[in-house]
Amino acid sequence: MPPLMPAPDRATIARRGEIAAALRAIVPGEGVIVDDVALRAYESDGIAAYKQKPMIVVLPDTTEQVARVLRYCHEQGVKVVPRGGGTSLSGGAMPLADGIVLALGKFNRIRRIDYANRVVVAEPGVTNLGITSAVQHMGFYYAPDPSSQIACTIGGNVAENSGGVHCLKYGMTANNVLGVEFVLMTGETVRLGGAHLDSGGYDLLGLMNGSEGLLGVVTEVTVRILRAPAHAQALLLGFPSNESAGDCVGAVIAAGIIPGGMEMMDRPAIHAVEDFVHAGYPRDVEALVIVELDGPRVEVAELVARVEGIARTCGAVYVRVSKDEAERLKFWAGRKAAFPAVGRITPDYLCMDGTIPRAQLPLVLKRTDELSRKYGLRIANVFHAGDGNLHPLILFDANAGELERAEQLGADILRLCVEVGGVLTGEHGVGVEKRDLMPTMFTEIDLDQQQRVKCAFDPLGLLNPGKVFPELHRCAELGKLHVSGGRLPHPDLPRF
Amino acid sequence: MQTLRPANAGELLEAVKDALADATPLEILGNGTKRDLGRPFQAGRRLETAGLFGITLYEPGELVLSALAGTPLAEIERTLKEQRQELAFEPPDLGPLYGLGEGMQTIGGVIAGNLSGPRRIKAGAARDHFLGFHAVSGRGEAFKSGGRVMKNVTGYDLSKLMAGSWGTLAVLSDVTLKVLPRPEKTRTVLVLGLEPARAVAAMTAALTGPHDVSGAAHLPLGLARLSAVSYVQGAGRGVTALRLEGPPASVAHRCAELKKELAGFGAVEELHSANSALLWREIRDARFVIAPQDRPVWRISVPPQSGAGVAGKIARAFDAAWFMEWGGGLLWLSLPKELPDAGESVVRAAVGQEGHATLFRAPADVRAQVPVFQPQAPALAALTARVKDSFDPRRILNPGRMYAGV
Repeated sequence: MPPLMPAPDRATIARRGEIAAALRAIVPGEGVIVDDVALRAYESDGIAAYKQKPMIVVLPDTTEQVARVLRYCHEQGVKVVPRGGGTSLSGGAMPLADGIVLALGKFNRIRRIDYANRVVVAEPGVTNLGITSAVQHMGFYYAPDPSSQIACTIGGNVAENSGGVHCLKYGMTANNVLGVEFVLMTGETVRLGGAHLDSGGYDLLGLMNGSEGLLGVVTEVTVRILRAPAHAQALLLGFPSNESAGDCVGAVIAAGIIPGGMEMMDRPAIHAVEDFVHAGYPRDVEALVIVELDGPRVEVAELVARVEGIARTCGAVYVRVSKDEAERLKFWAGRKAAFPAVGRITPDYLCMDGTIPRAQLPLVLKRTDELSRKYGLRIANVFHAGDGNLHPLILFDANAGELERAEQLGADILRLCVEVGGVLTGEHGVGVEKRDLMPTMFTEIDLDQQQRVKCAFDPLGLLNPGKVFPELHRCAELGKLHVSGGRLPHPDLPRF
Repeated sequence: MQTLRPANAGELLEAVKDALADATPLEILGNGTKRDLGRPFQAGRRLETAGLFGITLYEPGELVLSALAGTPLAEIERTLKEQRQELAFEPPDLGPLYGLGEGMQTIGGVIAGNLSGPRRIKAGAARDHFLGFHAVSGRGEAFKSGGRVMKNVTGYDLSKLMAGSWGTLAVLSDVTLKVLPRPEKTRTVLVLGLEPARAVAAMTAALTGPHDVSGAAHLPLGLARLSAVSYVQGAGRGVTALRLEGPPASVAHRCAELKKELAGFGAVEELHSANSALLWREIRDARFVIAPQDRPVWRISVPPQSGAGVAGKIARAFDAAWFMEWGGGLLWLSLPKELPDAGESVVRAAVGQEGHATLFRAPADVRAQVPVFQPQAPALAALTARVKDSFDPRRILNPGRMYAGV
């Protein structure tokens, strides 16, 4: 069950016809959807278990239309949920019964490709892979590569600060976006950055990345593109224990090597993958590590030899180095199919997304295993090992009434991540899914400060409400400063 | 003016609460190396974080380091060097630009200014390596954001807001940073005698090629002469420099290839480790525009292809001493001292809408009259003021340092 959303406003729902007519005046033609069957296509995002039919869907195709829609909704007090590719794994685009979905699917053009300045200017509905596809014939690519890259959009990537397997070396979305144009809930359009670096003023561009559609609606994105590495080679390393695999990952980094990608899978994940795609993974190991090295050919050769040596020192019982591009892609085919592979062996699964200090990996895997037994649900672990981002996949059967138990298990795993010094989410976002766990990581003061920032962008709280923050406060309440008699109350009280 | 120097986070919190209670604006400083950057403003007290020092966490295998905000950057760099690591964004040391000594700045000051050096083009800015922090807001509240792990999207990334806010939103008490291995080897390819536009073309060729260039700068003749690197100083021509870093065999190979590819642009030379390190430090710290100290200095970020053109427009109007890095994307200019507006109108017209110019150095009376930071469009200016409100509603933290009323 999705966590409780703010109670729908009956008065707004009663005005549905009038609101739709007003929106049609802004977005003509087929751009306003009220038909029940058509609305169903928008009722959930990447978390299919969370469903809510939206009141109305609007598909604008110009920034001006976005601005007018938002201004109208601001004036009329109508809630708005922005939506890109609808692939969120945290319920970030889950609709509201009394809100419109603002879908950016028609913003699907690449506006400018500028190789000399190494940037691409794209509309937010362009897919992540679409950017790379547009420039790869010239030897360039866009680095962040979330596994949903065929379908997820660059606007959604900005909203979620999406990652992928190459983050450790090439950064997340925030590190690769140079500019955005976005529209505030009031309808004002703001441009930040561009083809130049580090615009002066507050880094609102950095803030927009990962703001989960709560601050503004992005209508244009400028990303930096990189020259594709001259060469890439991968190693497939099998270990007799999760500990030795974790040690190997740490030893590679301690040796001063930052691989292009460094992924890990535990035994249940390896078996699920091997049964599904026959990637040639060894079945008799407890943990598998894929290390990819990219760069000039001579550098890759040297680093492959070094990593191989480190792996053997750490007790690798299986070492295979990709001989050619086909074999390298085969190594990755297994990893990239991990989620569907697990999906094949279970009616349903939940994908968690905590990040931990990597040294805590053996402890976290051991306690995850204990939790798995306590709840009586199996878990397969897939891990962006280089940066400590863990994806435990909880296997369950919703028809057998196991969803709630799976969610509790997931919450316990995320609490464990926070307890060992990690965080609730590394790349999927808080959304609806992890909203109510926020207080395990943040104090009330921390969360209030974040909500005050939200107030600076959206004072009425109309943009994507019910996401990220477990408790909604009115901006006027949050803005109050309790200074009494020239002194704050209880000046000696530790606040932190 | 009274100076407060809290020795721990609790004292820092009390100092800000007191300022809030008696409505006294604070000037927030680390060691004060960059206090002459920004608009002059009235403060009733000075709050120095230099008393909050020490590295509190360093795990080389996890690529993470935490330190109290007043920790000298030099101490952090020394500690990292022992483990063959570094801050990959190459924080510049601008002490000498302001007539002060080297090696004085604190890590809090580096982050508050979001200042990055030549490797910005490859490794990202300071803000890209800033994982989390604790701070005290202008509301007199201790809060945190982020964490100590590389990958984290839990809640808004307030670290980004802190970086580059110049102490106007909150006072940092500790910071957590991503650290990276130091390159094993460094070489620099020099191309001699290029005109600025041609230099940008050469840098673009290098930066769009496969050789993973980690620094790209151009020194016109007059500035190349000021270098302490003898090859550069005695080149007798403008010098365009391209840096290659990595494992030794890789660097040697890429260096040979890049020299071949750039030979068509002009005479090509090569600098080895020690000279490379010295040259890139000079570029990082803007050494070429430091003297004379009474000239105003601008730092301008533009799309790389616009660098030579923007510099040319300004240099046609004034006697400008300038150089560029980031492949043409960053300009440092020193302009004549007698200009009443430090050249602002010409600089801003040259930059236009595609970039931003910051008046990094000028006398206080000039900085009081001329916008130091790039002026903002009305919607952005209003949003900036509301963000300030959300952290510092009573305007007690460096009020007006970046923009009037903010």
